[in-house]
Amino acid sequence: MKDLSKVNNPYGDDKVIDACSIFGMMDTAGRRFPGKDIVRAIANMHIRGNGLGGGFAVYGLYPQYADQYAFHIMYLSREGKSEVEAFIKQRFRLLHAEEVPTQPTPAIVNPPLVWRYFLEVEPQQCDGQSQDNYVVDRVMEVNTKIEDAFVFSSGKDMAVFKGVGYPEEIAEYFRLEQYEGYLWTAHGRFPTNTPGWWGGAHPFNILDWTVVHNGEISSYGINRRYLEQFGYHCAMHTDTEVIAYAIDLLMRRHSLPIEIVAKILAPSFWSAIERRPPAEQELLRTLRQVYGSLLLNGPFTIIIAHHGEMIGFTDRIRLRPLTVGVKGPVLYLSSEESAIRLVCPDLDRAWIPTGGEPIVGSLERPLVPQEVEVAGGGNIRC
Amino acid sequence: MTKKANRAVKIDASGLLYRELNARLREVVSNGTQRIELRNVCGQRYIGTDLGRPVEIEIFGTPGNDLGAFMDGPRITVRGNAQDGCGNTMNNGEIIVHGHAGDISGLSARGGKIFVREDVGYRAGIHMKEYQDRRPALVIGGTAQDFLGEYMAGGILILLGLNLKEGEHHKANYIGTGMHGGIIYLRGSVEAFQLGKEVGVAELEEKDHQTLQGFVGEFAAHFGYDAQAILKHRFTKLFPLWIRPYGRLYAY
Repeated sequence: MKDLSKVNNPYGDDKVIDACSIFGMMDTAGRRFPGKDIVRAIANMHIRGNGLGGGFAVYGLYPQYADQYAFHIMYLSREGKSEVEAFIKQRFRLLHAEEVPTQPTPAIVNPPLVWRYFLEVEPQQCDGQSQDNYVVDRVMEVNTKIEDAFVFSSGKDMAVFKGVGYPEEIAEYFRLEQYEGYLWTAHGRFPTNTPGWWGGAHPFNILDWTVVHNGEISSYGINRRYLEQFGYHCAMHTDTEVIAYAIDLLMRRHSLPIEIVAKILAPSFWSAIERRPPAEQELLRTLRQVYGSLLLNGPFTIIIAHHGEMIGFTDRIRLRPLTVGVKGPVLYLSSEESAIRLVCPDLDRAWIPTGGEPIVGSLERPLVPQEVEVAGGGNIRC
Repeated sequence: MTKKANRAVKIDASGLLYRELNARLREVVSNGTQRIELRNVCGQRYIGTDLGRPVEIEIFGTPGNDLGAFMDGPRITVRGNAQDGCGNTMNNGEIIVHGHAGDISGLSARGGKIFVREDVGYRAGIHMKEYQDRRPALVIGGTAQDFLGEYMAGGILILLGLNLKEGEHHKANYIGTGMHGGIIYLRGSVEAFQLGKEVGVAELEEKDHQTLQGFVGEFAAHFGYDAQAILKHRFTKLFPLWIRPYGRLYAY
């Protein structure tokens, strides 16, 4: 039985006009840092959300289990837990299992039980399938076939922490001050068309891919049906889920670089394609034809992350905000510039990217500290 | 005017919620204060709204969205960047941004002036309007992103492109889409496809030059530029082709 109090809006404030907040920070030199700053930054955008969802993704989180899949699972009942644990024992080699540590937080009411499992896949278990594909299939199996259980984080050396509450409350509840990572993303939710429940909070995840999103994906139906052909089944009642699976399909399984993926999710307008050189026209047309069903329609700003990379971009006509900040090797992405300035007042640069243009932070190509070219530094000349 | 009223009242905005900060502003303005200095502003919204008097507000930090929303009289100087919705539905007063401004700068403004030293985001000047002697102006020193002057219904929008290199076009597309009032002056070039379908292009007339003299002069004074050096470049005027571009769209 689903508990309705977990899926309905307990505040009865559906008509509040607001927006989600998103924030990401990455040290492209790979240094791990605690979550204190990102919690302050996302809390600075408190009024963008309404307390019906908050969450974080952390990379470089479990060095002691860096090579194991870290499943984070929320249980709505004891039966769900025992069924999933039997399933895990049968389908994986379990190295360690524990409840995710939490602390009593007044604002967090009626939380589900959240456990984490560090898992390996034996060669005979995946039977020729790649380990990653095997894991995706098992996640789908739990999420669609086992009642009262949701795998909401399934990557290695990373995790998602999320739930119903403001992000700073979720951080307190899951005691995020004890963790460190080299890449963090965060989300404060203002649910629009879908319920504010624990599984519907962001980030959305599959393997080590995570997405935080501000906006509304009006193409959710067509995207979801397209992804079902590839074995992805949406179970979280929220549009953002399709982005996580689309990214896994395009970037991991189809090995496409983000520059191409951006042209699939936020394709150039036909009129703009006509103005490009012939070879590029052909590429852009082909992408729109082959992957037309993965076009994300509607307003969005997203931050995508996986190991080694953080990517921010918006829809083609920028119907949701995104500001970029850079300080030395650290890249910041945020709905609002003030949140970045709160934790890093002396940015080297701050700017607003063009719609559909991905901003990428990468361990492979770290940002190098450059000559300070301060936004607002008065270096424009006539 | 008393001596006390002339002194700047300093407010440390650290940790203040937007409601607390704006309540504090109302309080000090009601006491007759003429100058206010806000320090450590970090994302508080609606600063300058609801004051209804020509006070001077100097902001250090990054003010939040809808800076000067519905503002009627104050003059705000931002020592930094402004976020989205700066000057939302402003009626009178001035906003001077020593940095860049986010999306929808000057949206629905119906009076007053906004000067931004650097770039603005998407949809600057969207649905600015004018009425009788009220005529808002938005002057942008850098360049703009797409949909500049979208659905513009009145007012003056000036894009100076001071950060463009010689021969570089503005990048904004869909300039003046749905425009049906007001006027846009562009310094620096655009290609025909960058303009919305509702926009006409014209050479400047004498009264346009006078208008530009005034606003560019003010811009240059705010930010320490040479107005004549800016004005000697070529400007283009964009104007709405129709007052009601969609007047017959839904008429059967």
